[in-house]
Amino acid sequence: MNPELSIKMRGLDVKVFYDSNQALHGITLSILENNVTALIGPSGCGKSTFLRCLNRMNDTIEGARVTGHVFLDEEDIYDSSLDVVELRSRVGMVFQKPNPFPKSIYENVAYGPRIHGLARSRLELDEIVEKSLLKAGLFNEIKDRLHDAGTGLSGGQQQRLCIARAIAVSPEVILMDEPCSALDPIATARIEELIDDLRKNYTIVIVTHSMQQAARVSQFTAMFHLGTLIEFGATETIFTSPKEQRTQDYITGRFG
Amino acid sequence: MSKLLKHRDIRLKQRYRAEAFFRSCGLFAISLGVFFLLVLLYSVFSQGVSAFWQTSLTLSVKLDAKIIDPEGRRANDPQIICIADYPRLLRNALAEELGVSLDDLVSLREVSRMFSFGAGSQLRDLVVKNPQLIGTSQKLTFLAASHVDSVFKGQVNLSVSETKRKLSNKQLEWMKKLAYEGILHKTFNFGFFIFSASSRPEMSGLGVALIGSFYMMFIVLLCSLPIGVAAAVYLEEYAGRNRFTDLIEVNINNLAAVPSIIFGLLGLVVFIHFLGLPRSSSLVGGLVLTLMTFPTIIIATRSALRAVSPSIRLAALGLGASKTQTVFQHVIPLAIPGILTGTILGLAHALGETAPLLLIGMVAFVANYPVSPMDPATAVPVQIYMWANEAERAFVERTFCAIIVLLMFLALMNIAAVLLRNRFERRF
Amino acid sequence: MSASGMILFVFALGGLGLFLSRARALAFESCGSRMHSRPFYYGLWTFFLVVFPSLLFFLLWHIGTNLYIEHQIFVRVSRMEMSGILHEDRVLVLRDVLKSLLQKSMVLSRNIDHDLLSFVFDFAKKVKILNVIGSLTTVFCACFGLVYGLWDTRSQKRARNKVECVIILSLIIASAIAVLVTIGILSSLFFQTVSFFRSVPLSHFFFGTVWDPRFPTTDSNVGQFGLVPLLAGTLYIACVAMLFAVPVGIFSAVYMAEYASPQLRSFIKPLLEILAGIPTIVYGFFALVSVGPFLRDLSSAFSGNGEAFIMAQSVLTAGIVMGIMLIPFISSLSDDIIRAVPYSLREGSFGLGATQSETIKRVVLSAAFPGIMAAVLLTASRAIGETMIVVMAAGVAAKLTINPFDAMTTITVKIVNQLTGDLEFNSPQTLVAFALGMTLFVVTLLMNIFALYIVRKYREQYE
Repeated sequence: MNPELSIKMRGLDVKVFYDSNQALHGITLSILENNVTALIGPSGCGKSTFLRCLNRMNDTIEGARVTGHVFLDEEDIYDSSLDVVELRSRVGMVFQKPNPFPKSIYENVAYGPRIHGLARSRLELDEIVEKSLLKAGLFNEIKDRLHDAGTGLSGGQQQRLCIARAIAVSPEVILMDEPCSALDPIATARIEELIDDLRKNYTIVIVTHSMQQAARVSQFTAMFHLGTLIEFGATETIFTSPKEQRTQDYITGRFG
Repeated sequence: MSKLLKHRDIRLKQRYRAEAFFRSCGLFAISLGVFFLLVLLYSVFSQGVSAFWQTSLTLSVKLDAKIIDPEGRRANDPQIICIADYPRLLRNALAEELGVSLDDLVSLREVSRMFSFGAGSQLRDLVVKNPQLIGTSQKLTFLAASHVDSVFKGQVNLSVSETKRKLSNKQLEWMKKLAYEGILHKTFNFGFFIFSASSRPEMSGLGVALIGSFYMMFIVLLCSLPIGVAAAVYLEEYAGRNRFTDLIEVNINNLAAVPSIIFGLLGLVVFIHFLGLPRSSSLVGGLVLTLMTFPTIIIATRSALRAVSPSIRLAALGLGASKTQTVFQHVIPLAIPGILTGTILGLAHALGETAPLLLIGMVAFVANYPVSPMDPATAVPVQIYMWANEAERAFVERTFCAIIVLLMFLALMNIAAVLLRNRFERRF
Repeated sequence: MSASGMILFVFALGGLGLFLSRARALAFESCGSRMHSRPFYYGLWTFFLVVFPSLLFFLLWHIGTNLYIEHQIFVRVSRMEMSGILHEDRVLVLRDVLKSLLQKSMVLSRNIDHDLLSFVFDFAKKVKILNVIGSLTTVFCACFGLVYGLWDTRSQKRARNKVECVIILSLIIASAIAVLVTIGILSSLFFQTVSFFRSVPLSHFFFGTVWDPRFPTTDSNVGQFGLVPLLAGTLYIACVAMLFAVPVGIFSAVYMAEYASPQLRSFIKPLLEILAGIPTIVYGFFALVSVGPFLRDLSSAFSGNGEAFIMAQSVLTAGIVMGIMLIPFISSLSDDIIRAVPYSLREGSFGLGATQSETIKRVVLSAAFPGIMAAVLLTASRAIGETMIVVMAAGVAAKLTINPFDAMTTITVKIVNQLTGDLEFNSPQTLVAFALGMTLFVVTLLMNIFALYIVRKYREQYE
């Protein structure tokens, strides 16, 4: 591993309970700055649950309980002194199904900056919106119809709109929960390119079902199984010479 | 990057204040709704419960033959005992009790204002039935006048000057005396449920209205249940989506939202003027309410039918049952709880409906019990409306009491619907 | 035979037919012949044959007889009116008396002249004969159905298919009743409205600012029927009610759907719905006896000189009480609509760091806006058509005012007023109620259809 890399987020013995079911059994995992970390594993292995711990989205689920620590720049995000709203403005999230708000494209992107009061003037807001759409690679396609409904876009465009929406808040970390699972291969390819671009400015954590995708976009990979972290390391290492038999079986398609 | 840079100012304090404000607005709105509900119920119950008791006098009355039949002709003319001066008997008995001389005509008049006009009729009925009682003394319980009743229940402000009151100071003194001796007391107001319309508060009751409402509910049930279920079955099980069913659907949804008074106009023109059905009758009332209720039943039945799982239909069809057999022998029985729940709620709504009934002439002073649905009748909510327009203080109490009775019926029906729903909810 | 007796008889005969046919089919079956349908269907078919044709005939005959009577009375009375025997204001009374005479064929009143009496007796005889003919034909129909049904109980007959045909036909008829009722409403309003506009010009009704139906003015001989003050009162009171109910209802819905725990919600929602289950007459009386006097006393305490500036019957009283009644309509409908907004939208907003109220205000409510709009429209149409509360709490004086503390009246109040007195049915004073009803119906119909359209579209969006 490159010693220059600094740790952006760190999970320490994270356990999650849904009512009486334990979904995560003490995960300890570091996420490195300006890198893409992929979380892989069979369905129900807890990878999405862990992702949602990173910006406390589990708080919104009835009956979910989280123990352990998650550090963002050495601050414990489960500490009572840290505010969840602020946390989420620093750790953005993109979901499995594109979920643009029923507003115009412009309003969708401007939503985050507006609620956080990031723009002091209309001009500044316009600039943020344009920049975010540019970064998400969407601007050129839709620059003439910024004020059309966001729900009128194609699936891939909608997902990039959601990414632009997340970028507009200028977060430090972007969490992506299977962002391509509802998209066709061409749209998927575009998103993957985009993720690689975004790596320069953001730290990205992505949950994916597809081994190929993990191999293509990520620098580090964490393999989850039954709520535990089985293996973590550079993507190359994991895919070429995994230490664990289960990882081997999974990536070669023997289960999952 | 330094740590300071990362903590941007995102107006957290201000936003959390807005959050708390918004949340408390919601809580306030709900509390306001609940508060009004409680105020409404409290004002109804606190002012209405007292009408369940009515002030009565229990007194030994001498059935003096000289007063009933001064000329001794009753053996030949039975009419005599029907038209005799019974209030005088009561007045004399009460005067004797109060120590008022039978020559003091002014005081005697005041004495006779203490008991209800209906007490005379009550005594007459007793004597007509048992003429052998004439000449004896009978212990009787009869209603006090409505002013006495109001004062006895403490509903009248006694500090106003005597001339502005319905009862004089002398009568108040007598009341105290009678109450002390246990002659003046409260009894359960059975009459409230039995008596028909009367201009005297203590003699009026819900009798006719209850019968009328009962007839109407019966008619609504009889007509709207079959029509509603049949229409719903057709729309849900047989009809495809075409213009005709679309039209029906729009109509049903719209009918459920048409102002009720419009149905009154319809009833007036179609049932009374066109079909020539009798005005003020519970038949017409029931038919009008049927038209209002059946869209509700259709909507409820359709959702009940939709809740029956398709596998049951497939299973029956697979065994060679015809479509109609499947629907009538398998689907409908499973949907019955849902249908009944919807029907009860529809009936409850119809029971409280007033406006259309006003237009078809059910605001009538009906003194006789309706023998059939073709006879003039009133309904409980209409009776409430009529009492609400009466000026006398004692009617206010009765109006609230009638409201309590109405709300009780509605509560019972709603509880039945909820129980039914809970009982059968998780069957399939 | 009386109508109910006739119906009972026909049903009894039908029951007999059912039993006999079924028995016959069973007998065939036990003899070994293979029947097309189960015996019960043969019985049911005979039952239908007995009951339906005869009752249909009976009903038509009854209506026809009534129309005939009505017509005869009309002719007779107008003849008397023309020849000047009858004073104008007795026409209505006479018509009623005659009608009851003819229907019950007995004389109740003594002060009818000899000529009329003989007419009544002659006519009563005719009606009696008509009734007897009707009853006999009905009985014949029923008996014929019974005999034919029995004779037709044969093994080849597809009784089940026929019975099912009848069942489906009756289902279709039942569902067409909804359309019939709408047609009934429209036509009964329409014809009376047209005859109202024969005596009062359209412009006087729609643009007249004075409502005074009793006294003729110089330029018309029937009194003034200006819709404007009534419409203004209706809309004003509905507005006050909505101003009260919409914020309270929507905030309650938001709290129930977004903040309240499931237990609290399952307790609060039915509690608020009680408000919708209470009959409007109760609200009316509550307004009349409690709220109105309370507001009046409150205003006299605040006015300084002890004078009450809020009338006991006022726009405000009616509006507030109606608003209370409307809360659950808005809150329940909106609650359902808010809960139908997909959770993913909320998640998207939370994921960007929005607080809950920001999410609700900017995402959930804007997504639910069309639906909430529809709920508000439906509720507004209810507010406009509401009768009992305004009858008791708004007053009867048709005034044009902008003072919410003053009494105003509404369309519904006037419909009730015009139709509960002893007025002649064909006078403009009565007919105006139908013109008012038509106005009310059209306004509410448009609102309902628009609202239902929005709801439908909205539902499609998220399904």
